[in-house]
Amino acid sequence: MLNTVFMPELALMLTVLVLFFMTLGKFRTGLIQAASLLLTAATLAVTFASLNAQGNMFFDAYQVDALSQLFKVVIVLGLFLVFALGRGLTGIDEKLHCEFNMFIAISALGLMFLSSSVELITILLSLEISSYALYVVIPFRRGQGRIHVEAGVKYVLFGAASTGITLYGMSYVFGLAHTTYLNELADRMPALVATQPLAVIAMIFVMTAFFYKLALFPMHFWTPDVYQGASNETTSFVATVPKVGAVILLLRLVSVAGVDITQFTWVLATFAVLSMTLGNISALVQSDLKRLLAYSSIAHAGYVMLGILTADIVGMSSAVFYIIAYMLMNLGCFYVIYNIAPEGQNVTFDDLKGLSRRSPLLAMTLMVCAFSMAGVPPTIGFMGKFMLFTGAIDKGFYGLVIIAVINAAVAAYYYLKMVRVAYCVPDDEKEKIVLPISAAIMATFFIVVILVVGSMPQAVLSAAQNAVATLL
Amino acid sequence: MEKYLILNTLNFPILSTLLIIPVVGAIIAMFLRGDTLLKFWGLAVTLITAAASLPLWTCFDQTTAKFQFAELRHWFPALNLEYVVGVDGISVLLVLLTTFVMPLCILCSWSYIKVRMKEFIIVSLLMETAMLGVFIGLNTVLFYIFWEGMLVPMYLLIAIWGGARKDYASIKFFLYTFAGSVFLLVAIISMYIKTGTFFIPELMDQQFTFAFQMWVFVAFALGFAIKMPMFPFHTWLPAAHVEAPVAGSVILASILLKMGGYGFLRFCLPIAPQATVYCVPVLLTMSLLSIIIGGYLALGQSDIKKLIAYSSVGHMGFVTLGIFLLNDAGIKGAILQMINHGVTTGALFILIGIIYERTHSREISDNSKLGMFMPIYVTFLGIFSLSSLAFPGTNSFVGEFLVLYGAFDKYPLVGAVSILGAVLAAAYMLRLLQKMVWDDSDGHVHHDHGDDHGESHALLDCNFREFIQLAFLTVFVFWIGLHPTPLLDMMDSSVAHLIHQVDAGSALQQAVEHHGEHHALLETAGAWVKNIF
Repeated sequence: MLNTVFMPELALMLTVLVLFFMTLGKFRTGLIQAASLLLTAATLAVTFASLNAQGNMFFDAYQVDALSQLFKVVIVLGLFLVFALGRGLTGIDEKLHCEFNMFIAISALGLMFLSSSVELITILLSLEISSYALYVVIPFRRGQGRIHVEAGVKYVLFGAASTGITLYGMSYVFGLAHTTYLNELADRMPALVATQPLAVIAMIFVMTAFFYKLALFPMHFWTPDVYQGASNETTSFVATVPKVGAVILLLRLVSVAGVDITQFTWVLATFAVLSMTLGNISALVQSDLKRLLAYSSIAHAGYVMLGILTADIVGMSSAVFYIIAYMLMNLGCFYVIYNIAPEGQNVTFDDLKGLSRRSPLLAMTLMVCAFSMAGVPPTIGFMGKFMLFTGAIDKGFYGLVIIAVINAAVAAYYYLKMVRVAYCVPDDEKEKIVLPISAAIMATFFIVVILVVGSMPQAVLSAAQNAVATLL
Repeated sequence: MEKYLILNTLNFPILSTLLIIPVVGAIIAMFLRGDTLLKFWGLAVTLITAAASLPLWTCFDQTTAKFQFAELRHWFPALNLEYVVGVDGISVLLVLLTTFVMPLCILCSWSYIKVRMKEFIIVSLLMETAMLGVFIGLNTVLFYIFWEGMLVPMYLLIAIWGGARKDYASIKFFLYTFAGSVFLLVAIISMYIKTGTFFIPELMDQQFTFAFQMWVFVAFALGFAIKMPMFPFHTWLPAAHVEAPVAGSVILASILLKMGGYGFLRFCLPIAPQATVYCVPVLLTMSLLSIIIGGYLALGQSDIKKLIAYSSVGHMGFVTLGIFLLNDAGIKGAILQMINHGVTTGALFILIGIIYERTHSREISDNSKLGMFMPIYVTFLGIFSLSSLAFPGTNSFVGEFLVLYGAFDKYPLVGAVSILGAVLAAAYMLRLLQKMVWDDSDGHVHHDHGDDHGESHALLDCNFREFIQLAFLTVFVFWIGLHPTPLLDMMDSSVAHLIHQVDAGSALQQAVEHHGEHHALLETAGAWVKNIF
């Protein structure tokens, strides 16, 4: 029983173990990458096979259900894509290539544990496994001054602070409800949240670490500097996969707090609105592409929160859909950034000039991803926004949706700016970018997935609905 | 759901075919090499689409207001969302206009577009699918997807192949129209939450409360008024028109501007009839302002493209005027006027493209005295200019006459004011015509011209390709001008049905007013709307 249910985690542990042994020897980057990709692909297959697994382990602290399995698939898929897009690991110090892959895999493993954790202490432990690996990995960067050290320190400090707050909140929750199991909390918390302000504060505190992971206001400060300071490969991981892990916990915690609209909901709504507004307005003036994506991710976190806070099946499943969409479009953007910067340097708008001449495929990938993030149909980003708004209006949040669509209109400007520079600003000096065949396949993958899932979302959405149904 | 539809009985799914052909064409174009091959490929695809759309004309059932050639497929069961397409008397002509204008867009870019031919063909073909989708989608989500999706190829058309200030114009176009239509999405979703359906004919049958109708109406009207464009929201149009390449201008003028009018007819009137009746004064005022201010601004332009762009604002004012008269003549005139504007203004932009390729200037003063060198060109210029100012015997005359007839029938004062617009149209078009063909009035210009004399001799008249495009459109100018009955017959049932829907809805409102209920609500909502505009 344990073996089949725990198979995905075991497979990823094996990956980590193999990578660990590889760190002890000296291997070429190509071999390291091939091994990582192969093992992750195997993990992905195993995870996919156990999509319908059910079961409880470790004194019911670890629950394998439809929700956790869907998220595990997404997390492993994200890990696989991160490995695949950073082919040569050019931004990472030569000596640390294998370590980089290992720590990234450990972080993904932590996130996999996190998606199955249904007990507060287990949640904290899983969270720390995934965070510590990232604390180590952020400063791995080759020859870019000290900017990565700043990023590393910021990430650790904010991470430690938010975990502290979460732990503090957990003590409140335990004091109020006398249990650490989420299913028991779900029986007791709604009444407490409705009557006691302390319970609202406790729940918000518990969620703080996940706000931090998701880069939601008010825990968003680290995002631009860490994105800018970390290498392109690291950023592509930090920006996507941990956010998926954060969403599943936010979903679980919100459903613990109950379906009724309470003060708790309005606190979350305030965070969502501030997050999207602040993110979008700050993104307007960025010139470093990674900083821009950082602020845009703060805005997207606000959108996801719009779905999570509805606490019903339509809204929550659209939040799941949206975070999957977010992961794909962001990885698409980072894929373009990685390929524009062969030395692993940061990419500014100047580097995008003439991209449509230098590499039509990259320019097209960037365009599709940018329009998808802006929410232009027929892309996955539009479908995500459409579903989110449907869920929120269904619950009666007209005001929130109107703020969200105004934000979408503002955001269109800076996404359009990316496309505009890539397509309309000529720059004849730079040489063409030649993509190897594997990279071209990946670009096509991003374009096709974003467009096809955007026009035929039924399969992904019904998976998301099945997953969320286990919460309610 | 089937009671609103007449399912397609042709032996092929005509509307889906129309949507798919350009997309498949675009995908194949990705793998083609060589500019000439690509041009012929683009032309072939658009011609095949046009040919495939012909049964819409021949097999159209004029006796019914139901949606014809309909197709119904499951798409997204989780939200009760179906892929459903169909045409009625309002949209069928716009679909035909689209399929017939697109080959001309490829033809008029034959030598105008010099770079990135492959991308141009792909973008144009995708544009065609998006535009057709807007007109045939019978589902609010489908409509919205095409409505917004269309922005991307249009943006690229202006941004890549545009003129000197393409950056500014393309971004302004995109952001303006995108911002205008995000509220559409909110309206679409809230209607779904209220009724559980996205299917447009079912939404038309709902009796929404007045306050809700107001919200929906304002959200829709904002998006459509920007697209139209109506007076305070028109500023993106001249910029986009001036900077767009000739094909972009033609698409913009002939088809894109029609979508606002189509949206009013398809959504605002039948779904929110009470709100429509309530807002008629505001919208009529905006229409009159568009007509007069558009005409007045056109009078002062020295750039030919800008002049035509502002004249479009005026012409579109006639369209909205006709729509919001809410009577038979007005609405028919408005639909006919949309077709006419598509034919005439499209042709004028093709003419500007032709002369721009030769003189590389869009200034009227640089393009004067053309009568000496380009007799065929000025003949066509004369025909389309006269058509644009609604000269009797040409197409626009019929449309404008119907709108004015409807106006005088219902609000004589409105009719009297809009006459002024017709006079202005004559003034600016005749001025343009006179300056471009003869121009012996201005000594300064004459002097300039003397310098370029040697070059001017090199001006070649229209070649065969250009002649074909213009001759094709000329046929429509006179056909609609002299015998518009077939077109009017096609829209007869649908327009009657639409007016019935509005009357039924507003009768309800009068009943409510009679009983004195909701009076306060009406007042506040009305004051609120007046503040908005």
